[in-house]
Amino acid sequence: MEQKTQAEKINRQKMPEQNVSSRIRNFDEVPLGYDPQTAQREASRCIMCKNPKCVEGCPVEIDIPAFVKLIKEGKFLEAIYKIKEKNALPAVCGRVCPQEDQCEKMCLLGLKGEPVGIGNLERFAADYEYTQPLAEVKKPTSPTGHKAAVVGSGPSGLTVAADLALLGHEVTIFEALHEPGGVLIYGIPEFRLPKAIVKREIDYLKSLGVKVFNNMIIGKIFTVDELFDRGFEAVYLGVGAGLPVFMGIPGENLNGILSANEFLSRVNLMKGYEFPDTDTPVYVGNHVAVIGGGNVAMDCARTSLRLGAKRVTVLYRRSRREMPARLDEVIRAEEEGIIFHYLTNPIRYLSNEQNWVKAIECIRMELAEPDESGRRNVIPIAGSEQTIEFDTVLVAVGAGANPVLSSTTPDLKLNSRGYYIADPVTGLTSKPRVFAGGDIVTGSATVISAMGAGRRSAQAIHKMLMGIQDTPTTD
Amino acid sequence: MNSKKEHPCQQVSISEDSYTIIEKEQLAKRTICKMIIEAPLIARKARAGQFIILRVNETGERVPMTITEKDPAKGTITIYFQVVGKTTALMRNMKVGERFKDVVGPLGQPDEIEKIGKVVMVGGGTGTAVLYHITQAYRALDNYLVGIIGARDKDLIILQKEMGALCDELIVTTDDGSSGQKGLVTEALNNYLKTSHDVRLVWAIGPLAMMKAVSAITRPFQIKTMVSLNPIMVDGTGMCGCCRVTVGGKIRFACVDGPSFNGHLVDYDELLKRKGMYLNQERESLLFSVR
Ligand SMILES: Cc1cc2nc3c(=O)[nH]c(=O)nc-3n(C[C@H](O)[C@H](O)[C@H](O)COP(=O)(O)OP(=O)(O)OC[C@H]3O[C@@H](n4cnc5c(N)ncnc54)[C@H](O)[C@@H]3O)c2cc1C
Ligand SMILES: Cc1cc2nc3c(=O)[nH]c(=O)nc-3n(C[C@H](O)[C@H](O)[C@H](O)COP(=O)(O)OP(=O)(O)OC[C@H]3O[C@@H](n4cnc5c(N)ncnc54)[C@H](O)[C@@H]3O)c2cc1C
Ligand code: FES
Repeated sequence: MEQKTQAEKINRQKMPEQNVSSRIRNFDEVPLGYDPQTAQREASRCIMCKNPKCVEGCPVEIDIPAFVKLIKEGKFLEAIYKIKEKNALPAVCGRVCPQEDQCEKMCLLGLKGEPVGIGNLERFAADYEYTQPLAEVKKPTSPTGHKAAVVGSGPSGLTVAADLALLGHEVTIFEALHEPGGVLIYGIPEFRLPKAIVKREIDYLKSLGVKVFNNMIIGKIFTVDELFDRGFEAVYLGVGAGLPVFMGIPGENLNGILSANEFLSRVNLMKGYEFPDTDTPVYVGNHVAVIGGGNVAMDCARTSLRLGAKRVTVLYRRSRREMPARLDEVIRAEEEGIIFHYLTNPIRYLSNEQNWVKAIECIRMELAEPDESGRRNVIPIAGSEQTIEFDTVLVAVGAGANPVLSSTTPDLKLNSRGYYIADPVTGLTSKPRVFAGGDIVTGSATVISAMGAGRRSAQAIHKMLMGIQDTPTTD
Repeated sequence: MNSKKEHPCQQVSISEDSYTIIEKEQLAKRTICKMIIEAPLIARKARAGQFIILRVNETGERVPMTITEKDPAKGTITIYFQVVGKTTALMRNMKVGERFKDVVGPLGQPDEIEKIGKVVMVGGGTGTAVLYHITQAYRALDNYLVGIIGARDKDLIILQKEMGALCDELIVTTDDGSSGQKGLVTEALNNYLKTSHDVRLVWAIGPLAMMKAVSAITRPFQIKTMVSLNPIMVDGTGMCGCCRVTVGGKIRFACVDGPSFNGHLVDYDELLKRKGMYLNQERESLLFSVR
């Protein structure tokens, strides 16, 4: 009882942030993390429900009350070990998970006030671990002698690899790019997820004995069948949704119009923001338009600002309420001076004599009544066309399934949009011994859902390799 | 399932290739450099028309280069590159025994090579190197090959001996007449097509303007014409869309759908403009580079 009254007195602890005027000039992380006292104070707000709803909200079912309690008691390392029982990438998830739609949404404190800062605490525990001398890493169980291949090193591939390695299997990751990490490396910007954190996670995997081969595109250097020929007994496909979507409107190939993937890859993967110290140029003009309303759009907008754009405008066809981006990131973008034009859709790009984009013709949209699924469609308002000047356009309207692997794997069944069909529990595909999960199965989703899929597949792969009963088969 | 089992002797062990430079040769008054690189896994898979993307060092740009030759037995691939900017300048300064930081491939669609009869292979400048692997593949299927290769002057012609050995006829052109016919490859092609009526296919690889001109020449003859495009690329896996080109009114990604396309359908003007997008910054990059 006493605990409870105390809990209600303390407000949710704000995480300190870089102030706006300096952060829009650098690529350093914006939220700075809790110090131990603040973390303990925040942890003490948890009322330790008997039936913790927060755990239900967590796609990987972290024992949230347990780790929060450990933080409250100052047992920070124990807290992170508790998290790591369920989540191999807590430093990443503490930063990028949409907690407001998951664990924190279910928190009872949220009914009357603000929920416990579960994500902030997760991040704190993970960061704390890194300040400590390298603790005893969990050692894999004795080798099983079985070999598994993981294709793609995004969160889903990394999770499968870690779990299988801990179970004693020999794991090899094949990554197409020159650096492992998937979207964590090439997509999400440094100021939201420092790349050093991703690198640490990869090093941890290597310490478990996982081999990571960069520069190897499965479907090109080896087909999936050739992996089996080479002695792998299971293959996990975590290749992500790496295909940029364009709108197909006139002028989209003008200079200065880039997909979000291209822009963010130039900046993050190729470190274009350090050009000319690095060799890959990235262009950003004075007036940047970002098309779309998801996390990717927010990242593009805030990155453009940091690269020196004078005015950055997000054009989104629905209203602020419907924006799929995390609210925190929308608020930060607004604080940083990003302009938002809601209910606005581009219909045509206009160019100057040098074939550069110089303006966008947009049309106003209005929200229709929600359909059966509750989603509100938008319809263009005739005659509402207007032209706004821009010299750079970043198209962030979604992603699709990349066909490089599937086109060389004819017995892999795809859905109508090219995504792989996989069992929702085991991840098994139509091809024996081949599993898949993450964005390539669900379409663009979240880091944590990609990890959850990886975790479930790791269990299924383990059972299959060890010949444990209720083995999934496709026969 | 549909993949043929690899022959055991082709089973190169999976390890990160070393990408070591085995041989290096400067050609064409040092404007073009030939390099043989150790890359056994890629050598085993590479087919005509495919390319690699390489990085010189940790801060390096990802640069596409066509696989001009491969030697699966020795585990090597050969590239020919023209020095045009910072990365290619850095590459020219690399020595035998040094390693590239990254090499990924084989990328792009292999070309579908068939036995069809008389094929004219037109190569301009460094384009001849890109053409060479494809020419070898047509030779292997016993087609009748007419090579037309050209450059500004005789010292800039590359692979003349090698193309000569593959082709049943070889025409060399130079802008200044210092070797072979005086003039452009396009003129030589036009003259050839006027007199020879059994040409089934034309391949043209070189500067964009040349490929555009060749496509214009072959169109009235209604001869199928293939070109190899080289838009600016980043990942080379179809992930970024930087390499998009308009072919037959549709957007195609050159890195995964190409780089070879039906030349009569390519929007050359758009591509030409898109290639200039980073020109100012590339100059800056060169300016800031060490040498
Ligand atoms: C800009 C951006 C911001 C985002 N922000 C958030 C956020 O704040 N919170 C959140 O939860 N989610 C966010 N997401 C979504 C999240 O990143 C993805 O859902 C998640 O990364 C999917 O993981 P994955 O493992 O399925 O694939 P990916 O992370 O896409 O990784 C796939 C990997 O496979 C490699 N690959 C592909 N094909 C092959 C092949 N044939 N051979 C070998 N390797 C291959 C790719 O190169 C890549 O490295 C964001 C996404 C983007 C693009
Ligand atoms: C599929 C493909 C195959 C290629 N094969 C070869 C080859 O076998 N031999 C060879 O010499 N070159 C080849 N290229 C071109 C080569 O990739 C570029 O010349 C190289 O990227 C230039 O790098 P840089 O840093 O030296 O020059 P930069 O400083 O980047 O650019 C200097 C100049 O080169 C132009 N340029 C930049 N990128 C490209 C590009 N991707 N293609 C063409 N021009 C470019 C710029 O517009 C600029 O004018 C190929 C390109 C592609 C896409
Ligand atoms: S280079 Fe990125 S899609 Fe082709």
